[in-house]
Formats: sequence, C-alpha cells, structure tokens
Amino acid sequence: MGWAIALHGGAGDIPLNLPPERREPREAALRHCLDIGVAALKSDKSPLDVVELVVRELENCPNFNAGRGSVLTSEGTVEMEACIMDGRTKKCGAVSGLTTVVNAISLARLVMEKTPHIYLAFDGAERFAREQGVETVDKSHFITSENIERLKQAKEANRIQIDYTQPVPKEPAKETVIADGESQVGTVGCVAVDSHGNLATATSTGGLVNKMVGRIGDTPIIGAGTYANSLCAVSATGKGEAIIQATVARDVAALMEYKGLSLKEAAAYVVEKCAPKGTAGLVAVSARGEVTMPFNTTGMFRACATEDGYSEIAIWPSV
Amino acid sequence: MGGWAIAVHGGAGVDPNLPVERQEEAKQLLTRCLNIGISALRSSLPAIDVVELVVRELESDPVFNSGRGSALTEKGTVEMEASIMDGAGRRCGAVSGITTVKNPISLARLVMDKSPHSYLAFSGAEDFARQQGVETVDNDYFITEDNIGMLKLAKEAKTILFDYRIPPVGLDTCSSAVDSPLQMNGLPLTVYAPETVGCVVVDAQGRCAAATSTGGLMNKMSGRIGDSPLIGAGTYACSLCGVSCTGEGEAIIRGTLARDVAAVMEYKGLGLQEAVDYVVKERLDQGKAGLIAVSKNGEVAYGFNCVGMFRGCATEDGFMEVGIWE
Repeated sequence: MGWAIALHGGAGDIPLNLPPERREPREAALRHCLDIGVAALKSDKSPLDVVELVVRELENCPNFNAGRGSVLTSEGTVEMEACIMDGRTKKCGAVSGLTTVVNAISLARLVMEKTPHIYLAFDGAERFAREQGVETVDKSHFITSENIERLKQAKEANRIQIDYTQPVPKEPAKETVIADGESQVGTVGCVAVDSHGNLATATSTGGLVNKMVGRIGDTPIIGAGTYANSLCAVSATGKGEAIIQATVARDVAALMEYKGLSLKEAAAYVVEKCAPKGTAGLVAVSARGEVTMPFNTTGMFRACATEDGYSEIAIWPSV
Repeated sequence: MGGWAIAVHGGAGVDPNLPVERQEEAKQLLTRCLNIGISALRSSLPAIDVVELVVRELESDPVFNSGRGSALTEKGTVEMEASIMDGAGRRCGAVSGITTVKNPISLARLVMDKSPHSYLAFSGAEDFARQQGVETVDNDYFITEDNIGMLKLAKEAKTILFDYRIPPVGLDTCSSAVDSPLQMNGLPLTVYAPETVGCVVVDAQGRCAAATSTGGLMNKMSGRIGDSPLIGAGTYACSLCGVSCTGEGEAIIRGTLARDVAAVMEYKGLGLQEAVDYVVKERLDQGKAGLIAVSKNGEVAYGFNCVGMFRGCATEDGFMEVGIWE
C-alpha cells in the first residue's frame, strides 16, 4: 500500500533517433507534471484532484496533443475531448468537440459534478462551459504552427494520421526531414492512487491529425480510453478505433475482477493480446499502489512514481 | 452451431398501469420487427444486416423512442444517436447528435463501413450523412405531438424526463417519488417511459451482431450523449455474443454493461443467461436497466431490474416470445 502515480503523453511510432531538441522538452514536461502530481499526493489531495491537476498541466504544454498543441481536423480546426473517472464511486464525466475551452479535463469534471449527465459534446458542451464560467479563449490559441505543418503533410500524404505517427514519407529522401520528430505527440493522461487505495483517472486529447470533423475517439469513452473502479485506474493512448473495439481500459479492470490477474498481468494481457500491435499503450495503478505502463507501439512518453521512492521517466522500452 | 437467434427491445422501465391498448400496440410492433428479422435470417442475411434492418423498422415507427418519436431536448429539438457492432472482427460504428437523418442506425453502419473512424457526432456526422447520400428529413419529422406535450410537462416539473406518452396523474408525484419503489432515473414510472430500441442477432453461421438507437432523455441538455452510441456501454458484440442495453444511460455507462456480459463469458466462463443475470445484479449499482443478448451457440437471453421491458425473441428451433412484464 502507498500512493502511486503514472502519466503519459501519448504512445506511437516515436523514432528511436528523436533528436534531443524534440526529446528533451517533452522529458522535462513529463518530469514537471510528475513533480506536481507527487507533491499533490504528498499533501493529501484526493486522487481525483491530482489527476485533474496533472492533466491540466499536460494540456497547457504545447508539446503534447491536448489543449494547446492539439492536432487539427481536416478543416484545420481543433476539436478536443477529455474524460475523468473516480474509482470508488465510479462517477465520471466526459466532453467532446470542444473548440474554446482551455482545459477540457476540468469541463469533464464539471459535467460529472454539476449535471445529471455523464457526457456532453460539441455546442451543448461549449454552452455548458460558458454557464459554468470556465476559462475560454479564441480557437486560434490551441493551434500551433507545428500542427498546421503536420496537417499539410498529412493532407499531402492523403491519409488520416494517428496523432503520434510520422507522415508517410512520399520518397525515402524526405524521411530524414520527417524523422526530426515534429509529430511525435499524442493523447495525455494520468492515473493516481492515494495511500487509502482511492483511485482516479483522467485522459485528454486533440485526436488525430486530419480527422474528420465530428470524429470521436477512445479518450472520452468510459471503458475504452478511460476507466477506474475500486481495483485500478487506467488511461489508454494510441489508435482510438482499435482501443474502442478492444475496450482497453475496462478490460484491464475486468481481467483483475473476473480472472484474478494482477495489475501487471492484466495490463500486459490487454496490450499484447487484445489490441493489435502498434495501436495501444496505457498507464495504470492498482488500489495496492502498484504501477504499470505497457505499450505495443515503438514508444510511449510516460512517467511514474510510487511512495516507496521508485520513479521513472521514459519514452522507449526499458532495457 | 446452434442455429440463428434474434432478440429485440423497445426500452426498459414500463409503467405497470400502462393502458392495455398501448401494451398491445407495443407488442404488435415487436412481433412485426421479430418477423422481419426472422425472414431475413431465413434468407441467410448476415447478422450485421439483420440488426440494421430491424432497428430501421423500430426507428421508423413512432411507438418507441428513436428516430420518429424521439424524446426532445430542452430546446424542443431532436438529437438522436445510435451504434452498431459486428462481432466478427469487432468492427463498429456510432453516431450522436443526429438531427435530420431518417435512420441513424444506417448512418452508424456507414461510419463503420465507409469512414476511417468508429464514431462521428453532430455537424460532422450530418455532413457525412450528406456525403453518403442517406435519406434526410426536416427535424420536425421526428417530433410528435405526444412528445411536445411531454416536454412541456418535463419543463414544468423542472426535471429531465425519459420519453413518455402517458401524462402523469399529477406532477406533485415527482416530489414524493423518492419513496416510491417504482422509479427510473429518479422519476416515478408514471412520468417515465422506456427509451431506446435495440436488436441482437446470431446468424446460422454463428456470427453475432448488435444495434441500438435512441432519442435519449426527454428535456435532456442539448449535446448530452447517453449509453446507446457507446461501444461497451449500450452496444457490444464479439465472437461470443451480441448485447444491446436500455435504461438509465449513466448507470449503463458506469457499468460498461454490454462489454461486461461478454467479459464475464470470456474471462469467467459463464454461460449467456448467467452472464446476463450477473451483470444485471452486480454491475448496475443502484441503476435501473435491461438488456437483450444472443450467443454464438444460438442462445437468447434477456434481463432487467426494473418494472418491465418491451422485448421479443425467437430462435431457429421455433421458440418465440414477446413480452413486457417479468
């Protein structure tokens, strides 16, 4: 027993030769967010507050695909989505299709606490944001020049691109240019457990580069991208359509509940057996303070810490 | 292989005092839809086509809350949602915030078959509908007189009502409803009626599929998404079974109800009816809901923990049942 926290900044085809100028700011952001989460847990903040706090920080970081830094739809707009869930009560809130809300995760929390519903989307969600007086900004706030370039590349490649993947190089010569890691960003998420075994999870994203307007991914769907109960808390990242099909987050919990697997076994089973290779990663903590961060992609931006002093910040598989 | 099986539902949570003619009307529609499904199965249509066909029929008839006859938002508009899943390959498609598409279930099918995504919502989904050339109608088509009256009652009661067509005896019953054992979503059953339609099918090849469609809650906030379009919540199919749920959407979402029927079969080795009973008992907390399910072996099952569910089922060996009460 003891507190534990894990967070991610997306899983995907992150090239092993990601240059330092791309790698280091993201590692620093992960460290910064981890420190904030650890400090909050140490000052006895509830896991629900901790995951919201950490995901807000990740949303504010332009290096990751959520909040500012979100990838663009085929129309060049941003449509953000997020989800939060409390393990003990299984209360949850989700939002999709946000265009002006600075911190989507906090609006998801308000849906959970201030409405009779779980999930609000598009205009209705924006209107609710205004009623609640959350911080909103002009749509242009979220759009970075990097993401305008990525959309252009994706359109040239004429394909929908998973948030983190590299554009398919049209010719080998282009590969080195692309491999500077401009697009290695993804969903963000955080899971936390306190020393009493209370669990919570939160996930936030801008979705896919060049996605169709109106597309909803796995992130806001309870049981797909996000899930927590009294046993564990899970936040997933990767190819949304595959994560929805495999109900990734719920299945980690279901394997513990119905098959008696440990957190590590359950998470490894889902990532290796349920989701196709190259499509998914997740971070999870158990009520007993265990942490696991498996993925079946090239890499996953991730960080974790536990009360007994263990801490890790990593991108590729640990050797 | 146990042959084909089919089940349909028109929502869970029925007023025990529902007039007999309304009960008969509902049963006739369920029977007609079952027969459409049965003849499709006899002509060897795959399960995925059968669930779409049957749900289209349920959507087109105003008796239940989906398509024409959908519950109204607080703004007096209709926002429909639907999802469909093919157990073979676990392919799926879902739509939300549909305002002009005559048959949302067929748009969900097109999201599955013709888009790179699994789920499209609101204006993006409507744009996609136009690109695909599906039949669209004015939003007024979906709005019935009954539902305009119910929205007015819901607003007077300052509450969210599930779709309902029988006016409450008196709205003061709302305040006393807390003590009543007969309630859904915090409301007495006299001011509540089932939402949602659904169909699950296993064909003679053992392929399972599920489809669910709804107008959602009466007086819901515009933009509210319920369990029906969510894979794993209102709808789920895999190689083992197909499941469609109905009832209190928020409880179904929290319980990942449809996936959990399959999960207890897969991970705990339960049979279909055991799995259905398990999730109704263990996964709903205080929530009220019902579900229908079929297994790859040609079994059919249903379960609910509220007063009544409009449902019907049939299997290849000649069994057929249409019912409302336990």
